[in-house]
Amino acid sequence: MAGFGTLALAACLFAPLVGSTRIHLSAVFDRSMPYADNIDAQIFFVARLPRVLAALLVGSALALSGVVFQALLRNPLASPDTLGVSAGASLGAMMAITFTFSFSLLGISAVPLASFAGSLGALTIVYGLSTARRRGTSAIVLLLGGVTVQALLSAVIAFVQYLADFTQTFRNVRWLMGSLDVASYAPIGAALVPMAIAWAGFATLPRVLDLISLGSESAAARGVNVERTERVALVSASLATGAAVSLAGPVSFVGIIVPHLVRLIVGADHRLVLPASALFGGAFLIGCDLVARTIIAPLELPVGIVTAIIGGPVFLWLLFRRA
Amino acid sequence: MAAVPSRVRVAAVVVLVVLAVAATGVGAGAADEPRRIVSLVPATTEMLFVMGAGDRIAGVSTYDRFPPDVARIPKVGGLLDPDVERLLSLKPDLVIVYDTQTDLKRQLERARIPIFRYVHRGLPDITETMRVLGERIGMKAAAFAAAARIEQQLAAIRARVAGRPRPKTLLVFGRESGTLRHIDASGGYGFLHDLLDLAGGSDVLGDLHQQSVDMSTEMILTRAPEVILELHYGDSLMPERFDAERRVWNALPSVPAVRNNRVFLLAGDEFVVPGPRIVVAAERFARTLHPGSFK
Repeated sequence: MAGFGTLALAACLFAPLVGSTRIHLSAVFDRSMPYADNIDAQIFFVARLPRVLAALLVGSALALSGVVFQALLRNPLASPDTLGVSAGASLGAMMAITFTFSFSLLGISAVPLASFAGSLGALTIVYGLSTARRRGTSAIVLLLGGVTVQALLSAVIAFVQYLADFTQTFRNVRWLMGSLDVASYAPIGAALVPMAIAWAGFATLPRVLDLISLGSESAAARGVNVERTERVALVSASLATGAAVSLAGPVSFVGIIVPHLVRLIVGADHRLVLPASALFGGAFLIGCDLVARTIIAPLELPVGIVTAIIGGPVFLWLLFRRA
Repeated sequence: MAAVPSRVRVAAVVVLVVLAVAATGVGAGAADEPRRIVSLVPATTEMLFVMGAGDRIAGVSTYDRFPPDVARIPKVGGLLDPDVERLLSLKPDLVIVYDTQTDLKRQLERARIPIFRYVHRGLPDITETMRVLGERIGMKAAAFAAAARIEQQLAAIRARVAGRPRPKTLLVFGRESGTLRHIDASGGYGFLHDLLDLAGGSDVLGDLHQQSVDMSTEMILTRAPEVILELHYGDSLMPERFDAERRVWNALPSVPAVRNNRVFLLAGDEFVVPGPRIVVAAERFARTLHPGSFK
């Protein structure tokens, strides 16, 4: 655990120092130069630090959601995308881009707002499905329902895309590849609100998730309120996913691979898996974003491409080395 | 039983012969002068109107907005979704397609409908396309005259700003509204880059051999443009939002364009249609970059 903490901290400290341009730390913190003239400070505080913080938040949120969805649905292939929350967030963003919404709220622009609203819409549908069954939700029913919602929302996304003109289509596709270049702290601050609620939910989960992973009957026999736990898990993971996707777009791969990577290293105990996944997910995404913004400098790759290209082989190697 | 098909065959041959005769008869005069043109490219639609062939247009793309007369012309889809059935129902004798529309080209060839392939390149190709198109539809004189007029007007704009200091300019043609995210800017080639160069600006991304550059915040800070021109087209921005969108740039105070209040939002479809209105676009660029030259 200390190792994961050190890794995340090192990533946070190192990543803002590196980029397509050289900056000098002494100049960054030079108070004698007015901020408006200090390019080094602006690169550090406007271009890089928000990105690193966004990567930390998004990476940890997606990894945590992945852990929780995999336990909740008792399915190793579950990810933050599985239940349609991510698709709901994407649909909101696509609509904001295609129909050129131009509202804003507390410094947050239309696309992330619409995206988060979309994720809440999807959450409402999925939650409604989960409560439709009286006696707790069977994991398989929730899974099937969620996958259907996801497919349905994807079809609506395709329809909205169809209505878009060229430039909007291009922008939609780019949004779907993910980007952490948030360019200010306002969207990060806004994402922190739902994420904090999600964290509070996650904090109640480690022990009961261990029991639920073994089956809801045996968990119930040991005094776990299965229905309530599943609701908390579902809502927390969905809020975290919605906040992450509305901040950075649907960054692929982190939510499914990081939990498995972490389990390969620390075992299946959720008291370890949850915090370790959060730390490793954050560090992993910071690292991927660092690669994305430097490898073809001065141009940048969309971060979603890097996560899969780096994460895929690493995971395959770990998987088959153990097997 | 066998008699019926053979009679059908005879009838078919007769029809074909009649058609062939008709085609040669037409070929002598009007085959070279298409009368029912479908233009799937907004730029060529505008070219046809400028050379005086507007009344020969039978169909346009769904993206056509200019001149206002196109509102009355049937729409047949666009680059990605041409409506072939509707297109064929217009009985065109020439269809202007994007050269990348391979499926459509094949379908039209199968239907024996002549096509004109449009290839989108830099600024000099615009008037060149006009000339070739004019010749193709038998309006060479008018097309050549219109092309020459455009070239003269562009040359006049270039001359007007010649000798002026050329500000390092960032030409943005796409950005997420309300924030500095997902910024698309013009790179080192393409007609927008050429127009900026003509209008007396030095493209701050001119060294990047890409038509469109996905700009990061860091890149804007390090490239430090002296002028930022942000293009808005279609119905993407209401005028009352202009000031708010301009203020978004204030998040980067060290950028000279921001500090010196030289961030300009320009709205108009002429910036995205590489047709005759490039003259208007060039002049708006030049007036914005060098107001002193137009007093």
